[in-house]
Amino acid sequence: MSTPSPAGAPRSVDVAVIGGGVVGTAIARRLAGADLSVAIVEARSDVGDGTSKANTAILHTGFDASPGTVESRLVAEGYHLLGDFAAATGIPVERTGALLVAWSEEELAALPGLRDKARRNGYDACAIVSAEEVRAAVPALGPGALGGLTVPGESIICTWSTTIALATDAVARGAEVLLEHRVTAVDATTDGSVLRTTGGDVRARWVVNAAGLHADTIDGLFGHDRFTVTPRRGELLVFDKLARPLAPLIVLPVPSSLGKGVLVSPTVYGNVMLGPTAEDLDDKTATGTSAAGFAFLREKGERIMPALFDEEVTTTYAGLRAAVPGGDYLLERDDEQHYVLVGGIRSTGLTACIAIAEHVAGLLAEGGVDVALRDDLPAPPRIPNIGEAGPRPYADAERIAADPAYGHVVCFCERVTAGEVRDAFDSAIPPRDMDGLRRRTRLMNGRCQGFFCGADAQAALETRGASLLAGADR
Amino acid sequence: MTVPATAPAAAPATAPLTRADVVVVGGGPSGLTAAAALAEALGPDATVLVLDREREAGGIPRHSDHTGYGIRDLHRVLRGPAYARVLVDRAREAGVVVETRAMVTGWAGERALEVTAPTGRRVVEAAAVVLATGARERARPARHIPGDRPDGVLTTGQLQNLVHLHHRPVGERAVVIGGELVSWSAVMTLREAGCRTVAMVTEHERSESYAAFRLLGRLALRVPVLARSRVVAIEGRGRVTGVVVEERDGSRRTVPCDLVVTTGDWIPDHELARSGGLELDRGTRGPLVDAALRTTAPGVFAVGNLLHPVDTADVAAIDGRQVVPAVLGWLGRETAPPSLSGVRLRVEAPLRWVAPQVVDPTGPAPARGRLLLWTDAWVERPRVEAVQDGEVVGSRRLPWPAAPGRVFRVPSAILDAARPDGGDVTLRLA
Repeated sequence: MSTPSPAGAPRSVDVAVIGGGVVGTAIARRLAGADLSVAIVEARSDVGDGTSKANTAILHTGFDASPGTVESRLVAEGYHLLGDFAAATGIPVERTGALLVAWSEEELAALPGLRDKARRNGYDACAIVSAEEVRAAVPALGPGALGGLTVPGESIICTWSTTIALATDAVARGAEVLLEHRVTAVDATTDGSVLRTTGGDVRARWVVNAAGLHADTIDGLFGHDRFTVTPRRGELLVFDKLARPLAPLIVLPVPSSLGKGVLVSPTVYGNVMLGPTAEDLDDKTATGTSAAGFAFLREKGERIMPALFDEEVTTTYAGLRAAVPGGDYLLERDDEQHYVLVGGIRSTGLTACIAIAEHVAGLLAEGGVDVALRDDLPAPPRIPNIGEAGPRPYADAERIAADPAYGHVVCFCERVTAGEVRDAFDSAIPPRDMDGLRRRTRLMNGRCQGFFCGADAQAALETRGASLLAGADR
Repeated sequence: MTVPATAPAAAPATAPLTRADVVVVGGGPSGLTAAAALAEALGPDATVLVLDREREAGGIPRHSDHTGYGIRDLHRVLRGPAYARVLVDRAREAGVVVETRAMVTGWAGERALEVTAPTGRRVVEAAAVVLATGARERARPARHIPGDRPDGVLTTGQLQNLVHLHHRPVGERAVVIGGELVSWSAVMTLREAGCRTVAMVTEHERSESYAAFRLLGRLALRVPVLARSRVVAIEGRGRVTGVVVEERDGSRRTVPCDLVVTTGDWIPDHELARSGGLELDRGTRGPLVDAALRTTAPGVFAVGNLLHPVDTADVAAIDGRQVVPAVLGWLGRETAPPSLSGVRLRVEAPLRWVAPQVVDPTGPAPARGRLLLWTDAWVERPRVEAVQDGEVVGSRRLPWPAAPGRVFRVPSAILDAARPDGGDVTLRLA
């Protein structure tokens, strides 16, 4: 618990973690499990609202990492750690497996090297398969596939639930989540720092910078000039659920001289995703989509899976990945400033997040902080299931019988019930805006995009779910 | 606690139905009309159940609070919400059980439906199923409109829900994308909400709609129509600040606004039809049906804008009467052929689709003796030809235009000379 701050005095904690993304919340959860007071200091109005929310949502084995890097090790470890945490908390995961598909002789020739690289990353399960086997695995592929490499362990996961579950567990362990606290200045001393934020000052003995796209800026506030984060925009198309049978597993491109291709992946919500594009930008807020991006995805997608474009596009989005020169994670401790940099975490950070948190705990231990886990930790929270593989309330007869609010479907496309919306507002970290409500429930994420439910959803947001429940009484 | 007469909870003591002679999925104009007509035809011993997922039955007219409803089916002119109430009342008076907040989520058998409602999760078995799930407007992502992704981009459906059912402010300066009949409905709603329509953007040569609407648009609503133009980007972080409009010659300009309404570009809500294995028509994307409104699934019928996205509510409602003989036939009350029968109809561009898709030239005519078609090009006085096995078997010059953005009606008599045992019939503009 943080020290209660008397009027005017800054909030004071042992560790402030700047950034409430998947990495920051994982770190806060780990450290709050020790005998430390921890605060997540987040600029935006929700956790998981930056790069973490628009990810390709794959739980990676790490088969294609650069062997010997920190990233390679942490992704491989994180794969198991997050898999276990997901099972314990109810984060939707589907063990679909992946298939790299070679469309040219050059790509076909690259497969043995990729299999060997996977082995060097400690992943031995890849196998090279024939064109016929590729077609049998994914009948909807376009013509011309020459062969493939299987990666049976690659899985799909709910990136939104992951951050929510980590943050919820962090709170259960005593951490505080300070939303709308944008760090604008830092007074660093050898005894700790005072973070000047838009939500007031936060004093911390140690500061962990997990600010994602803005990690370079925060690093600069500590007086460093170590790296620059280039936002790399990735546009994605999400296809209607009726397309889901087309993509039984993750179809990955083979890296080639033609550049990185795009993937086709099922999602845990029952859709199919195509993307991403890769476009380096200089604007860290440019999450728009472009005509060129769509044209690119259409051209690629029509080759990989032509039938996809007979289906409707449910939504498009653009995520910004934090690209840094060198490519590896930057995990460094500064003993003078009691400061740890967690930078350069690319999209693999979703998989690696808990391993990164362990690594950061290790860095702090070396810096003299006692990070031993307490023996009275609360059980991991069970978070509401928003995945298609698990039981959803609308289809759960017993649950509806016990509470009719789960029988009142308010978002028809995604089959979200009034009970789930109510639960989101009753949760440890309730949503503050529509996007937050969407990430917790899938409300309005479906094919109608609000045609039927949008007005009800807005009323629900403003009344914290009460408007829907009032209806249930009638 | 107030208990409106329309809520299922108002009838306690009655357990929700798990069997019915006919289950109609969807309580809009076509579903309610079908249910009422079937209940009257089947008599008081039969059970006709309408399952509607909204809080109130009535469908889209509930939130289309302007006049023009009921002309062809009720022979009177009503505002949308009043029209919806009349249809609900008529169904109930005919003995139909109208259950709201009851969503059909899938099939539990050929004519058995999985239903989620506050009263519980259950399976409803029916002797006959009528799908009346309607249509929705494609939203921005499905229309591939790029740019920023701020708040303030809505479909007409969401706009009218906000304004007419929730009485919410929506903005001050709107750009309406689309030039369909529904686009003017959006303009009228905006005006009622105190929001000025600063531009209506349509790719077509003109904004497509009935003459009365066009006149209204020019004179009363004073909406600048940007024809031959399209919105190529939406701008704004947080909230919409404008749209970039490109003309056909490639010139671009920014139109400042704080609301964008994407109108029309309808697609049937066909999820249940697809998950039931019904064959769909590639043009309408709704179930393939014959003139009697049978689908390819035995005992499963379809009506309304699920079949022709979209026609006006009254024409959708008339489908509800058209389906009656086929349902009675299936239920053994009358003789009707057991499955889809007739010749297959096709269309040639610029025609996009035709409904129904199977018509027996010697059998019953489609509703109102009209084939419903959609065109992507404006033709002032179109000549329509029906071609079978390379031969023109029918031809009509029509006194009304083929207009994009609304249904183009062609008398089904154009098929009178088609051979029932011949090949597919293609409809084209000569």
